[in-house]
Amino acid sequence: MTTNGYYGQWGGAFIPEVLYETFQELNKAFEQAKADPSFWQEYLTLMQTYSCRPTPLTHAENLSRHFGGGQIFVKREDLNHTGAHKANNVMGQGLLVKRMGKKRVIAETGAGQHGVATATMAAKFGLECTIYMGEEDVMRQRPNVFWMEKMGATVVPVTSGSKTLKDAINEAFRDWVTRMDDTHYVMGTVCGPHPFPEMVAWFQSIIGIEAREQIMAQAGALPARVFACVGGGSNAMGVFQGFLRDPEVELIGVEAGGDGLDTGQHAARLAGSDASAGMAQGYRTMFLQDSDGQMLDTHSVAAGLDYVGVSPILTDLWEQGRVRFAAATDKDVLAALDLTMKQEGLIPALESSHAFVQAFKEAPEMEQDQAMIINMSGRGDKDIFTVAHAYDDPSWKEFITKKGAEYAA
Amino acid sequence: MQLNQYIKEELAKPNKDILLMTHIVLGYPSLDINRQVIAAMVENGVELIEMQIPFSEPMADGPAIVKANQEAIEQGIRVKDCFAFAKEMTKKHNIAFLFMTYYNILLQYGIEKFCADAKEIGIKGFIIPDLPPEEGDDFFTLARSYELDPILIYAPTSTAERMIRLNQSASGFIYCVARKGVTGQQTDFDTAFNDYMAQCRTATTLPLAVGFGIASKDDIDQLRGKADIGVIGTKTIRLVNEQGVEAVGPFIAGLRY
Ligand SMILES: Cc1ncc(COP(=O)(O)O)c(C=O)c1O
Repeated sequence: MTTNGYYGQWGGAFIPEVLYETFQELNKAFEQAKADPSFWQEYLTLMQTYSCRPTPLTHAENLSRHFGGGQIFVKREDLNHTGAHKANNVMGQGLLVKRMGKKRVIAETGAGQHGVATATMAAKFGLECTIYMGEEDVMRQRPNVFWMEKMGATVVPVTSGSKTLKDAINEAFRDWVTRMDDTHYVMGTVCGPHPFPEMVAWFQSIIGIEAREQIMAQAGALPARVFACVGGGSNAMGVFQGFLRDPEVELIGVEAGGDGLDTGQHAARLAGSDASAGMAQGYRTMFLQDSDGQMLDTHSVAAGLDYVGVSPILTDLWEQGRVRFAAATDKDVLAALDLTMKQEGLIPALESSHAFVQAFKEAPEMEQDQAMIINMSGRGDKDIFTVAHAYDDPSWKEFITKKGAEYAA
Repeated sequence: MQLNQYIKEELAKPNKDILLMTHIVLGYPSLDINRQVIAAMVENGVELIEMQIPFSEPMADGPAIVKANQEAIEQGIRVKDCFAFAKEMTKKHNIAFLFMTYYNILLQYGIEKFCADAKEIGIKGFIIPDLPPEEGDDFFTLARSYELDPILIYAPTSTAERMIRLNQSASGFIYCVARKGVTGQQTDFDTAFNDYMAQCRTATTLPLAVGFGIASKDDIDQLRGKADIGVIGTKTIRLVNEQGVEAVGPFIAGLRY
């Protein structure tokens, strides 16, 4: 990793002048934390006592047998407090916020998992909290909006642009340039201006450190392949960092294929050929944009993957050929989710289910003594409305109709 | 003629202790309305106009300009249309025109071609709020080789040391953001503001423009003796929306005298 925030030609820090001093302060706090072993120890203790770390690595024996190929292991980030890997990053940044003495945190959220994690951290650390969330995502991730509000956060629906994650990021920056003195922006993924990609990757590296030890203990060898879904790229960077120095381990990032790569209705930046190099939201990466540089509307059944850009660190690893990219369509995602629930009793989030799709495609071609890890970035409870709707579930519909009538009366 | 010299010559004219720069979002509500608004502004004495090439992610802008960017793009404005329109304006009106936009627009157009074409059509400088000197110095040098002034930004959070650093990359004038936040909110001209302006003056010999929340003759009067240029942004966009193009001329005419 670099000091000026570049990974090859990707990254950088394209920040408005008004935030220059704020970033100086943040960089300093982050550098000091990295150099201080007691900081990481404090972080580990917090994650062990407040979240559920180390999260288990589960051998999915039924799925492995079902596909008759490689042994499927699932890294259980769903068992973190608040139900996703987002907690790893948020609690780490929370400790930094305490060091910097700020009183208020803001965040963007897509699926709402990062928002819920931030609201949790704010409640625990006694901070004021505002969450920006695209209006479209407010509608499709309603349970998370409810919990954020219950924990005392203000949730602001964002109505500009495509009303999704990128617009929530813009709005969070607009807040930050107004209140940088007392406020820290808890960026939710490995994107945005330096030091965010490096910082978020650092906190998420806890996933890969554990996963490497666990697979060595349980399978007796390194995995042949590691799969992770990629929205901004934080859960992927988290698990990949455990294996980056092992060239024999293939790393596969799975993006949102939406309705299919040839429909334009997707969010595949690196798996498809629709993205091009650009600079927005403070950093250089591959963006889904038109020839003028206007960002395109993206589509995915998973709000957390529905984003125009992707981590500069991952774009560099993609360019180097170290990480391979694939895309999973909405349809395949729902099928993989169904199979995983029936075979293993696990309920992956729609985002995480993307990684399962690609792993299922590749499992049959692998040897039975080869191990593969799927990073299950989160649990699917938040998706109950979307999934029930997609399965057109009759008993759920009946329940909602009854509830609606009850409230209308 | 470079901007710095143009500004000094304008300021040397009788009864002119402060210049006016206005802001237009190209294609909002339409190029035709832009044309009428610019004519009214020029007729009523505006010396500089920053024309914003719309971008889908206008991070430094407030709600009114965000909406203007979005609607202009939805109506199909393209960067090449902005260049064609700018060419028409620089031919017709003998004042200084600048482009304001975000860096990705230049990257996709090709930064060298952007400079060459802007120079060719008579643009005088660029304001790019998401390009700090740490990332932009190569581009600033390139722009200057085409006799285009990269306008750098001072903020109330800038330290004296930072202002000196920014000045090293700047030419034309310095755009002093009057307060924290985004475009389109009110600004208080208090003692903190006066101290800030004094600090800006010490850090550079370039002319100072002040923008963000300048919306009335009172605001312009507050700037006299402290700034060289008052920037009116969101206010005229709101005015056109609420009262139509006819309101622009009288509003501009009443700002200074
Ligand atoms: C469960 C889950 N997985 C994955 C993601 C995608 O983010 P990232 O690519 O940063 O891991 C999200 C984002 O909201 C999420 O909630």
